[in-house]
Amino acid sequence: MEITVKIFRYNPEKDTRGSYVTYKVDADENDRILDVLEVIKGKVDGTLAFRRSCAHGVCGSDAMRINGRNMLACKTLIRDVGTNITVEPVLGLKIQKDLIVDMEPFFDNYRKMLPYLINDSPLPADGRERLQSPEDRARFDESTKCILCAACTTSCPSYWANGEYYGPAAIVTAHRFIFDSRDEGAAERLHILSETDGTVRCHTAYNCTEACPREIQITKAIGEVKMAMVTGKLD
Amino acid sequence: MAKVHQFDVVVVGAGGAGLMAGLYASKTAKTAIISKLYPTRSHTGAAQGGISAALGNYEEDKPEWHMYDTVKGSDYLGDQDAIEFMCNEAINAVLELEHMGLPFDRTPEGRISQRPFGGHTNNETGKPVRRAAHAADRTGHMILQTLYQQCIKNKVNFFDEYQVLDFIMVNGKAAGVVAVELATGELHTIHAKSVIFATGGHGRIFEVTSNAYAYTGDGAAILLRHGIPLEDMEFFQFHPTGIYKLGILITEGVRGEGGVLINGKGERFMPKYAPGVKDLASRDVVSRAIYTEIKEGRGVDGKNYVYLDIRPETVNKYAAEDGRTNPDGSKYNLTADQVLKKLPDIVDFCRVYLGVDPVTQMMPIQPTAHYTMGGIPTNKFGEVIIDDKNTVLPGLFAAGECACVSVHGGNRLGTNSLLDLVVFGKHAGLRAAEYAKTAEFEKLPGVAEAGSRLEFDALRNGSGKENVFDLSAELKNVMFSDVGIYRNEKDMQGAIEKVRELKHRYKNIKVGDTGKIFNTELLNAWELGNLLDIAEVVAVSAVNRKESRGGHSREDYPERDDSNWLKHTLVWNRNGKLEIGYKPVVITKHQPKARIY
Repeated sequence: MEITVKIFRYNPEKDTRGSYVTYKVDADENDRILDVLEVIKGKVDGTLAFRRSCAHGVCGSDAMRINGRNMLACKTLIRDVGTNITVEPVLGLKIQKDLIVDMEPFFDNYRKMLPYLINDSPLPADGRERLQSPEDRARFDESTKCILCAACTTSCPSYWANGEYYGPAAIVTAHRFIFDSRDEGAAERLHILSETDGTVRCHTAYNCTEACPREIQITKAIGEVKMAMVTGKLD
Repeated sequence: MAKVHQFDVVVVGAGGAGLMAGLYASKTAKTAIISKLYPTRSHTGAAQGGISAALGNYEEDKPEWHMYDTVKGSDYLGDQDAIEFMCNEAINAVLELEHMGLPFDRTPEGRISQRPFGGHTNNETGKPVRRAAHAADRTGHMILQTLYQQCIKNKVNFFDEYQVLDFIMVNGKAAGVVAVELATGELHTIHAKSVIFATGGHGRIFEVTSNAYAYTGDGAAILLRHGIPLEDMEFFQFHPTGIYKLGILITEGVRGEGGVLINGKGERFMPKYAPGVKDLASRDVVSRAIYTEIKEGRGVDGKNYVYLDIRPETVNKYAAEDGRTNPDGSKYNLTADQVLKKLPDIVDFCRVYLGVDPVTQMMPIQPTAHYTMGGIPTNKFGEVIIDDKNTVLPGLFAAGECACVSVHGGNRLGTNSLLDLVVFGKHAGLRAAEYAKTAEFEKLPGVAEAGSRLEFDALRNGSGKENVFDLSAELKNVMFSDVGIYRNEKDMQGAIEKVRELKHRYKNIKVGDTGKIFNTELLNAWELGNLLDIAEVVAVSAVNRKESRGGHSREDYPERDDSNWLKHTLVWNRNGKLEIGYKPVVITKHQPKARIY
């Protein structure tokens, strides 16, 4: 069947501002949006720029706005969005070319969360693994699923309004460690998140939760971090 | 002029092997990691089922059993000294990942949980053993994240979204690499004493593949052009269970949790092909079984697929028939809730891409091109070797899927890839840093990036008659159909001719994008050049090996032939012509014998 795809185009080497270009291509209802972009790039206009790698929703390269909502192009099928499709770069990060945005501010915020296990206690004397009960492991399971695609952060109205906000993805990263029973850096991370660019900027719009292609309950995770900040407890 | 940077060690690639190498090298040497993707986008993140180590957290297991299983899995082509080294290192490697913070699933006692996988056995009973340490069905994702996090903690220098274009060799030694910064199109020369390639595999030469777009064999292709041989390139693994048509991986962990393969007549067919471990045979064995079922008319609806069934009622029925028990001896019983908890991503993929719910419906699957067993020849320290006498090229290292140590031989066991990355990535990093301590920087040639500039200019200035997208599709088609699971002389000769025709036509492509910023069209065209070079080596190596072994199955030579072919293939590019040589297999403890599962 023929579908109509309207794509935001911007080439900083030629254009002073972006514009929309409409393409009509053949596609199957089970095709991914990424497949369609590949066909347009391969057969119609090679200059179209977008990121992609794994093509099945685990590498996080191809978050973009599809019909106004943040999705992964490789995890969205034509049958999910219909035959009139608008594709745009995510909001809140500088557009570098077409659908590619500058990810550096996003990864900067990730790095600010001390995104690594902090534990200076000695390892078990037998050299084996630190013990962790299945229940303790389950406590932070959801937030380990994050693929850093930025769909959540760039759907957040607070982030749009203030790019200094660390954003939901960074807080999910912090959550992954704060609630890991093996980690000893919770106080430090909660302190960072209690600053003006931290969780106080979350106004529970729920956009992040709806945007997450990994179905992480992000707003809930942020709520748990806020609660820990208030109570000083991690249960 | 290119911008010049200087580091003791430069690592190319930021997947599991590259990050591990960078992490270890950076402890004692000034190190940079360059990668064409943001590190967390690397294909290690797509690995699902687990990483193997004889931890014995549920039941008795030993590194010696792991070694034997790996040797047998390799169809005796793996080098046994390297395999023994890897299996012995495995336990500490997995524990180290846990110490770094990797969130493994846990046993009731709080230890790292393990699951059965294809070819992992108790060598005394022959029964499957729980050896694959796992974090749900996203173990690779967790390894990638954990290693990247450790690199951040240790302040490793990253050049994200820098595509490597060339290797700089001076006086027969490594001197650095040339790369293009994707965001600006600027060329950079990274002057280094040690260069580690960790660029991954080349599954994108095949039409149906589980591999990422990024898997274009860049490192192997670059080194081939510099006269460095590639080893055992005829050995490519087809994973039995890819999503029909799309090739997206469905982990072997599904069968580890009790899933079974069902043909179009509703029969479980693996007991016919592997009476001992059935659905948990080696991947090459299972892929051939599926292919045979389809060829003999027992695909579903006469089509090219069969079913993978993880519905609890099916699993529990066959588990009872097989006498499968839990570690405590009780009857094995899988519930729908456990399927959702243990295999959440698989459930998600099936729902999204197939509209199928694996808890209540069967999954349509077909074999998918999955893993590069061959690659850049190295010893167990990651040093690249350039001939049959194991001569090392000073300062050059390779690790991970792009390398061939060889621990996988003719067929890799599931979960050994993640182990390979961690173990050999670490040792390549250590050895590269050690080398850099005493080596001097080689003087760079006048214009180190001149070759890369010429390559790019040629692509930009082609006649424009040919199109990257079409050439790429033709390549993938011919490789999948004629150098795929089953092979024969006539088809492969045809494939070689076709690949050479495509290489010729490649000279006439034109890249329309003349810009510098994120010129992904130019990049894709350059990557296609790598795929073409690699595909030719794969096909030439395959037609040359006149036997069947591991993942290399020939209809015209159906038997393994140890008297003539118990040896590694080496292929060199000598002025555009491929030259074939051999290297002996290292056999220490296990003499080759018939391989029965």
